[in-house]
Amino acid sequence: MLAACGLRSANELFDQVPAAARIDHALNIAPGLSEYEIADTFRALAAKNAVGYASFLGAGVYSHYRPVVVDTIVSRGEFLTSYTPYQSEISQGTLTTIFEFQTMICQLTGMDVANASMYDGSTAVPETAMMAVRVTKRHRILVARSVHPEYRDVLRTYAKNQGLPVDEFGYDDESGKVDLGDLDAKLTRETACVIIQSPNFFGIVEDTNAIAERAHAHGALLVYTFAEAVSLGLLEPPRAADIVAGELQSYAISPSYGGPFAGIMAAKEQFIRQLPGRLVGETKDTNGNRAFCLTLATREQHIRREKATSNICTNQALIALMATVFMELYGKQGLRELATQNLAKSRYLASKLKPRFNGPSFNEFVAIAPGADEINRRLLERKIIGGLPLARFYPELAGTMLLCATEMTKRADMDTLAEVFNS
Amino acid sequence: MIPSKVRRHLVQNEHLIFEQSSPGKKGYQLPALDVPEVDSVAALGAGNVRAAIEDFPEVSEVEVIRHFTRLSTWNYAIDLGMYPLGSCTMKYNPRINEAVARIEGLAWAHPYQPESLSQGAMEVTERLEQALLEITGLDAITLQPAAGAHGELTGILLVRAFLEAQGSPRKRILTPDSAHGTNPATAGIAGYEVRNIRSNDQGMIDLEELARAVDSDVAALMVTNPNTLGVFEENIVKAADILHAKGAMVYMDGANMNALVGIARPGDFGIDVMHLNLHKTFSTPHGGGGPGGGPVAVRKHLEPFLPVPRLRRLNDALTWDYDRPQSIGKVKAFYGNFGVLVRALAYIYAHGGPGLRNATVDAVLNANYLRHRLRPYFDLPYDRPNMHEVVFSDDRQAAKGVRTGDMAKRLIDYGFHPYTVSFPLIVHGALMIEPTETESKRELDQFVEAMIAIASEVDDEPQTVLTAPHMTRTTKVDEVTAARKPIVRWRPA
Repeated sequence: MLAACGLRSANELFDQVPAAARIDHALNIAPGLSEYEIADTFRALAAKNAVGYASFLGAGVYSHYRPVVVDTIVSRGEFLTSYTPYQSEISQGTLTTIFEFQTMICQLTGMDVANASMYDGSTAVPETAMMAVRVTKRHRILVARSVHPEYRDVLRTYAKNQGLPVDEFGYDDESGKVDLGDLDAKLTRETACVIIQSPNFFGIVEDTNAIAERAHAHGALLVYTFAEAVSLGLLEPPRAADIVAGELQSYAISPSYGGPFAGIMAAKEQFIRQLPGRLVGETKDTNGNRAFCLTLATREQHIRREKATSNICTNQALIALMATVFMELYGKQGLRELATQNLAKSRYLASKLKPRFNGPSFNEFVAIAPGADEINRRLLERKIIGGLPLARFYPELAGTMLLCATEMTKRADMDTLAEVFNS
Repeated sequence: MIPSKVRRHLVQNEHLIFEQSSPGKKGYQLPALDVPEVDSVAALGAGNVRAAIEDFPEVSEVEVIRHFTRLSTWNYAIDLGMYPLGSCTMKYNPRINEAVARIEGLAWAHPYQPESLSQGAMEVTERLEQALLEITGLDAITLQPAAGAHGELTGILLVRAFLEAQGSPRKRILTPDSAHGTNPATAGIAGYEVRNIRSNDQGMIDLEELARAVDSDVAALMVTNPNTLGVFEENIVKAADILHAKGAMVYMDGANMNALVGIARPGDFGIDVMHLNLHKTFSTPHGGGGPGGGPVAVRKHLEPFLPVPRLRRLNDALTWDYDRPQSIGKVKAFYGNFGVLVRALAYIYAHGGPGLRNATVDAVLNANYLRHRLRPYFDLPYDRPNMHEVVFSDDRQAAKGVRTGDMAKRLIDYGFHPYTVSFPLIVHGALMIEPTETESKRELDQFVEAMIAIASEVDDEPQTVLTAPHMTRTTKVDEVTAARKPIVRWRPA
């Protein structure tokens, strides 16, 4: 091949790189390993993590069973190793799965349109804020303190550089729901959107309609976000919201130390042209057969460049496919049954502890836990990872922790946890 | 004689899942509940409990398996053959990467589990940070961004935060006219106006034009190197000097890093901040459009501004440090697309230092081989040695009324994914071709034969090319109607 290129040595390939820019040494990275050695290396690393523990952590990342069919499908090379489906004729497989994904997200959320996915829940939230700003031509963002703290962190990072002030409103000390009085006080004619999460970070289900009425009365949009997608199987969909964003990690996506996950973004029909990210639409091919393609690309960076709705390009296609397979396996009955089991497990656990809030919770709740860190230390001795002490994110909630129970949580472990808590 | 890469075979039809649904079918089995049942209406309040999810699918497990398996056969993929997609670096995705990412202790690690029980995951992060710093020659790195464009945003926010700390964030980002679309989009999202810099007649940064454009309002130049013509920016060091002299910085889009690993390090040629695409250079699968990984590496002066948390080693244990007063904050929850990081580290381990350099050599050799084999048939507007990709123009074929997009569609009939069409914008009717190192000479030769065959079809039977593809299950789709009357979800008839 070198000869075909008229070259005598491979080094000549790099003649165009100025000597000053070239490295004069071999990379300080050890020589390659065999497959066995690689597997062995990572097994040793994995063994330094928690293995064999029962866990009561939720807080945006949930332990749900992953049906084996999910990995069977996403391991197929035709899905795993394909490119973004710009070439419709040879991408109908991916395009069809995304169309089904968009449809099911609409059915679950009560929205009219959903995009092909966002990076995750945390990055979908600032995208909703920027979209609300485009729609309303206003620039203030009002976000509930009961939205996941890390989602709010990401929102602030994005908003700061676009000159969008972010204000926060509080939660009710008894119910754990948003404080409607504080919301009323902070809504203004400059508010582009009100962002809430339900179930919120404390696991409490919000009164979406009451919040929507207030936001709409001030001409602001309501953004509904969720971190626990299993709740969608049982909770009333947020039809009063204008934009819905959330995290699908609960749908057969392993916790994987925080990613990769898949975010969603959905909205009312009239906002379709302001929605960021990829969208798949139905059409026909020249033979009149149903076909799908990426559509409304004039919103996107590769066409609109600096005027695009977002700079997002690569999203989370394969992870969204995991969620798609999961949704189709569980289906209409299964998502409800799964959500109902989560509710029952969590309520059982709550019945043995002292919940901090009295609002209705789904599969996690805040428990009163004086000396939370000490409780967690004792639980670790019993091979149990306890809840998330909330002092880290909410200083006023020191002496509490957020606990989660799912269909994978065993009654015996809940009993042990309660025993340690109450001893 | 090169055997043809394709011939016809049966492909199954398949309806949408909603059209196969029938009441009562299910594809799951939950364990029996070991706690008392709860009445959901009593527990949550009637207003909070939904009715059945309207029109949601109800199918069995085997129906789900067949559904997705049939759909999968409608896709092209790396596992089926070469993707000559310039700028996309579609290389083989080693399966060991998938296996190690699924090891229980890594796949089931919760981001809030105690640090004492997360040392393995943190060590993966630390080792990848070290390897990527060695490869880029830069001083500090964050693995938090989820993809390339997300990395760009992070990088530009770092520039902004640094300049702000100096007194003013400044107003403007410069991008060459050959830049990826994400570059100007990113600058916009980060609150900057964008100014395009014209390339010189060699398709390179025009130093005089650049010098005229750089003033105290310019925050940074966003540059891709090798540039989108696949050519190393020979004046990159001088360009960096021009920016630095005015207190501005150079951002490098790392999309083309596959041409540089083990050969040249951005930290050695004046780059202040850059992102890497783990789903390009470091072989993590593209997955039909993600997930990706977009680490951002920086020179020392930008380190204080990196996203929180930062990994620190204290008394032999790793810890996450959130006490970073100058940080831009978080760009994503938790610590990045960790599962993608695991795969990238596995790739680095498989190659090792010498292997990574060899991969670069092979990638550049493959691209130069294609340039030499195809130049008799296609116009090469910038005729010079290239790095990992080569850009032709459709000038000769356009004279016969056939454009780059038409030939790309015809390539499908020969069993290949199209090359990148009409990009970079500075080449009229561009055919942008990047083979990567993982293609064999045999696959490259099949590709060359296909391209030559298409070139002769353009001469002899242009209509065949203009109406392609002919062999696919789905023929050309009506994208205009799709955009005019968007149908973006299924509804019952």
